[in-house]
Amino acid sequence: MATNTIAPDKEKLLDWYHQIVLIRQFENACDDLYKQKRITGVYLHLYSGLEATGVGSVAALGKNDNVITAYRDHGIAIARGVDPKLVMAEMMGKRTGTSGGKGGSMHIAERDLNFWGGYAIVAGHLPLAAGIALKEKYVGSENVVLCLMGDGSTNNGYFHESLNLSAVWDLPVVWLIENNLVGMGTRVETSSGQPDLVKRAIAYGMEEGPRVDGQDVIAVHQAVSEAVEYARKHGPILMETLTYRYKGHGVSDKQYDVREGFKEELDEWHHKDPITILANYLKANFGDIQPELDQIQQEADKTVAEAIAFAESSPNPTYEDLISNVYV
Amino acid sequence: MADKNVSMREALRSALMEEMERDESVFVMGEEVGAWQGTHRITAGFLEKFGEKRVRDTPISEMVIAGAAVGAAMAGLRPVAEIMTINFAFLSFDAIVNAAAKVHYMFNGQFKVPLVIRAASGWGNQATATHSHTPEPVFAHFPGLYVGCPSNAHDAKGMLKAAIRDDNPVLFTESIALYPKASPVPDEEYLIPIGKSDVKREGKDVTLVSYARGVEWSLDAAKQLASEGIEAEVVDLRWLRPLDLEPVFESFKRTNHCVVVEESLPHFSFGSEIAAQLQEAAFDYMDAPIKRVSAMDVPLPYAHDIELMALPNAQKVVNAVKEVLK
Repeated sequence: MATNTIAPDKEKLLDWYHQIVLIRQFENACDDLYKQKRITGVYLHLYSGLEATGVGSVAALGKNDNVITAYRDHGIAIARGVDPKLVMAEMMGKRTGTSGGKGGSMHIAERDLNFWGGYAIVAGHLPLAAGIALKEKYVGSENVVLCLMGDGSTNNGYFHESLNLSAVWDLPVVWLIENNLVGMGTRVETSSGQPDLVKRAIAYGMEEGPRVDGQDVIAVHQAVSEAVEYARKHGPILMETLTYRYKGHGVSDKQYDVREGFKEELDEWHHKDPITILANYLKANFGDIQPELDQIQQEADKTVAEAIAFAESSPNPTYEDLISNVYV
Repeated sequence: MADKNVSMREALRSALMEEMERDESVFVMGEEVGAWQGTHRITAGFLEKFGEKRVRDTPISEMVIAGAAVGAAMAGLRPVAEIMTINFAFLSFDAIVNAAAKVHYMFNGQFKVPLVIRAASGWGNQATATHSHTPEPVFAHFPGLYVGCPSNAHDAKGMLKAAIRDDNPVLFTESIALYPKASPVPDEEYLIPIGKSDVKREGKDVTLVSYARGVEWSLDAAKQLASEGIEAEVVDLRWLRPLDLEPVFESFKRTNHCVVVEESLPHFSFGSEIAAQLQEAAFDYMDAPIKRVSAMDVPLPYAHDIELMALPNAQKVVNAVKEVLK
């Protein structure tokens, strides 16, 4: 793989910092709102802790490239540029949400941004990614598909069939495993014969991409940018980021924080927090930047507050919404 | 122009070929569709004519055949994915039910899925328990999906062309036993609209409701019954979704008797659904209980004699009609 390291400029880094902080604040708000029963339902999978992977990887795409993910999708939606107001409205099942209140937390999408959505059958979006990539190849475009998936997505048949087909057909897909060490409650080394997940590429004769520090947005961006260029020219590539899920599998997960060793592990990962890592980098390279970071924090808080206000004042879907769009 | 007698296999092949000639975004993918010329020879000659880009041999990977076809359809192509036989479609079930049938609704209309999944269906050749399924009613359970099941060459051609042009996902099953059967097919182009049933024979004494291969048994039974002075009306539903029952209700209000004929199993079946809807719509017109002729409620065995014992046929339809008219 080609390596042409270009240090991102200050403006870009501050933009990423803003996105990461915004996603963190958004997810914290979702957590609170769920506990207050202002967000309802049984599913709400927070992206807290994984923000650098989402922001760094999505930033590596051009606007005509495509991105698709699993059910832990709020952060990806925001990173791709979906208005947080519309995301929050979808959380609250409002008519103004990205899916009109019919998709919920796990099914955010924005066709106009080539964000093909979050999918809730584990690994069920992988064949869709292959199909979207097939269309790009079929029409002779140079666009690629970034397919994010959790480590838990790597052990059902969809993973095998989709990666194999992408290799056989040379489809332009970056298969990106967000390895947060645990699929629901089961550790990677317990569920995978080969826990070095990126090595699966070898079985498909596919380019084995890197396993990178998923907490460092600069490292993620660099690695995914290279993978995207590889996919554009040559076909599929499998890569992995090592990251961590601060919250439970979903909001209804009551087990995660009583798990043996969890507190120590969480503490260890808090030392590798995406916000801290990026803030430290910014301070080391751009001097006294704290006022700008504080400003970003305030903007993010304001954006989240506005999103909540927008969502809560939005109308509920109607009977007409219930029965519309079953068919074209 | 005169209609030509054409086999259902040939009718399907020409439907698919005409649609691929008409629209560059239509392509086929599936196991052995290319170099092998198609397991059922529906795509014979396609690879030579259209090339590898549009005639795509896949690995034996039913989950991704269906799932990648959904993705390609969402992105704007019009895939016709072949699942070699419907028996393998159980492996595709999630992609069909949770992806194809859901994405339009669950993202509130942002994506369309103009997809056709073709699969050969049926039993009767000692194919045994896992290769003798006719689960069309199972797939018809799910809103968001259309299910088409032609009963002859003429319908097969017009229905497949309509399915390919529609913006919704369609599961299209083809009875293996009907592939060689010929019927008159016009030279000029025609479409058979999705969700339009067809009265295949008129009659005043009893209404036979069926689809796909069951229509053949119903028509054979009607012929035999006619020689005994009983006139059966045969309604071919063609599509299990959308279900066009108006002609059934209309017929039943005249005949007051009904037998449902289905190739598949009786439990939670096509027959159950028709009987339920009919009693809701036309209870006052009912002179006898609605009877169902289905396969027996067992997995299918290998030995031919007992296999046939388990399956419906025209004689069983005749017997059922005589019972309801008793």
